Amino acid sequence: MTTTFKHIRNIALATAFAAAGLSGAQAADKVKVGFMLPYTGTYASLGNAITNGFKQYVAENGGKLGGREIEYYTVDDESDPAKATENANKLVKRDKVDLLVGTVHSGVALAMAKVARENKTLLIVPNAGADEITGPLCAPNVFRSSFSAWQPSYAMGEVMAKKGLKKVVTVTWKYSFGLQSVEGFKEAFVKSGGKVEKDMTLPFPNVEFQPFLTEIASIKPDAVFVFFAGAGAAKFVKDYAAAGLNKTIPLYGPGFLTDGNLDAMGDAGKGLQTTLHYADGLDNKKDAAFRLGYVKAYKMQPDVYAVQGYDAAQLYQAGLNAAGGDAAKQDAVIKGMEAARIDSPRGAFTLSKAHNPVQDIYLREVQGGQNKVISTAVKSLADPARGCKM
Amino acid sequence: MDFASFLIQTLNSLQYGLLLFLVASGLTLVFGIMGIINLAHGSFYMIGAYLAFVLTSTTGSLFMAILLGVPLALIFGAFLEWALFSHLYKRDHLEQVLLTYGLILVFEELRSLLVGDEVHGIDIPAMFNGSIQLSEVLSYPVYRLVISAVCVVLAVALYFVIQRTRLGMMIRAGNHDRTMVEALGININMIYRVVFALGVALAALAGMLASPISSVFPNMGSQVLIISFVIVVIGGIGSVWGALAAALIVGFADTFGKVLLPELSGMVVYIVMAGVLLWRPEGIFKKG
Repeated sequence: MTTTFKHIRNIALATAFAAAGLSGAQAADKVKVGFMLPYTGTYASLGNAITNGFKQYVAENGGKLGGREIEYYTVDDESDPAKATENANKLVKRDKVDLLVGTVHSGVALAMAKVARENKTLLIVPNAGADEITGPLCAPNVFRSSFSAWQPSYAMGEVMAKKGLKKVVTVTWKYSFGLQSVEGFKEAFVKSGGKVEKDMTLPFPNVEFQPFLTEIASIKPDAVFVFFAGAGAAKFVKDYAAAGLNKTIPLYGPGFLTDGNLDAMGDAGKGLQTTLHYADGLDNKKDAAFRLGYVKAYKMQPDVYAVQGYDAAQLYQAGLNAAGGDAAKQDAVIKGMEAARIDSPRGAFTLSKAHNPVQDIYLREVQGGQNKVISTAVKSLADPARGCKM
Repeated sequence: MDFASFLIQTLNSLQYGLLLFLVASGLTLVFGIMGIINLAHGSFYMIGAYLAFVLTSTTGSLFMAILLGVPLALIFGAFLEWALFSHLYKRDHLEQVLLTYGLILVFEELRSLLVGDEVHGIDIPAMFNGSIQLSEVLSYPVYRLVISAVCVVLAVALYFVIQRTRLGMMIRAGNHDRTMVEALGININMIYRVVFALGVALAALAGMLASPISSVFPNMGSQVLIISFVIVVIGGIGSVWGALAAALIVGFADTFGKVLLPELSGMVVYIVMAGVLLWRPEGIFKKG
């Protein structure tokens, strides 16, 4: 009995060592990329789109970035801030990834940024828009391939001021992304002589909007600026139209209002104008090629999240190229990324000193179930990166 | 606030309160009569809304969806009572909480597997898709008024069933003294099954009715769960009238709180709850 047991144990150990040896050898010549994204829950589709976009760019480069093969590590962050530090540590400490990519939820991303700073791991945030990430919490090894909350809302402030609107009411959920959006909007709108009559907030994720609609009807502003996203946005737009307010008081907001929920809005969404760094119907070859490739590879239409994932890969490639493909030379990688000009499907962009995209923000309009571009709202808009000491 | 706005906000309060009543009435029945803390109640609301979405897409009409959906919910409720809840009556509340919390996770996961995580809209039935002009710029959707009317009818029907029918008498007796009722030869297990199925059906119906105005989305049940418990506690556990009064109080507190005290809007409802509980620790309508 004992000998048999020992025999089996030895085989098991030998196999384990062989396997460990193998993966060790693989890891040595591959660059490790760790995705920490939501793969379950409400944001699952966003996490998948980001992953798809990233992998599409890698595939376009023959499975390599900066001449190096890529090995992926994946953790589902469940959009749960309580588990964020632990999840990030799995990739950073256990898997020792060269690049951490994530995530969608701002609260989770803030925790990731902290882990990245402490361990000096390179981080690219492919969505989360919290101003802090490239503001007070900015760091040499933290980059963002998406946007800051401030950007699309500031652009909307300029657009609405230019339309000659004077008196506006704002509505949002009372949480940091919503409040940052409203602040960004007000900054541009008030500077151009507009007046914000009233800021209305309700606790997230409350969706009983009727009292606000009544209030808006009694104030009779020239327009309403609103930040909502997902299901809540669809409900607000429908309630707004059902109250007949859309006939006399136009509704505006950053693009999250009409992204991924146009189907749920139905007719109520028609003609809504929003601002974002991406749109349907952009007139650029890169976008056309990107969309074609994405549809071929994944059998579905790409969205802004896929673009942000794709650009995260482009950004990292620029860094690796500058470092001669050596991911360990982090200073050189960072320099390369800082200097990069990314040829994105959204239009080319560079990075600000705080590592946030300096990008065109488009004015879009909902037409035929799409967010069609109608003009460029602000060219090369840079986030002010308030509080960033870098 | 001018007088016209005040009237419209009052209408908003009533309408919101009545919808809350519909969700909470099922919870108060199950909680009060059967003594079960059912955290999965919000999931039944979610299931109702998704049933409405699936059935409306296949049958093309929300009426058909409700006609089919309510019996389905009743059967589903009776099945759950038989398979799971009937084993819980003699257990303590912690075990009930564990089971029903587990059910929330199971239902959300099943929803994700079967229907997906997208947000869906449901069209308001054409005959109610109008609106009434209330002021120069504001109109009121007819469908919201229809929901309120349905809620009032159901409140009266529930009252009638519980106070004036033989079944209602048995339910009330069972609430009072389970052993005695059994000793009198009444099948109390059947009564409980009926009550639980009714509770599930009421929550599902609320979800179905609300789906055209709320959209259908993941985790929609958790939003109504907490407020439902607040209503049950304010109203007095097990009292249908209490739930109605509490739902209206919450409707008014939430609506006027948002307008008059925007800084505290998230808290007003809970402040009201604390106030009521200080005044009447057993809730407004606690009986027996």
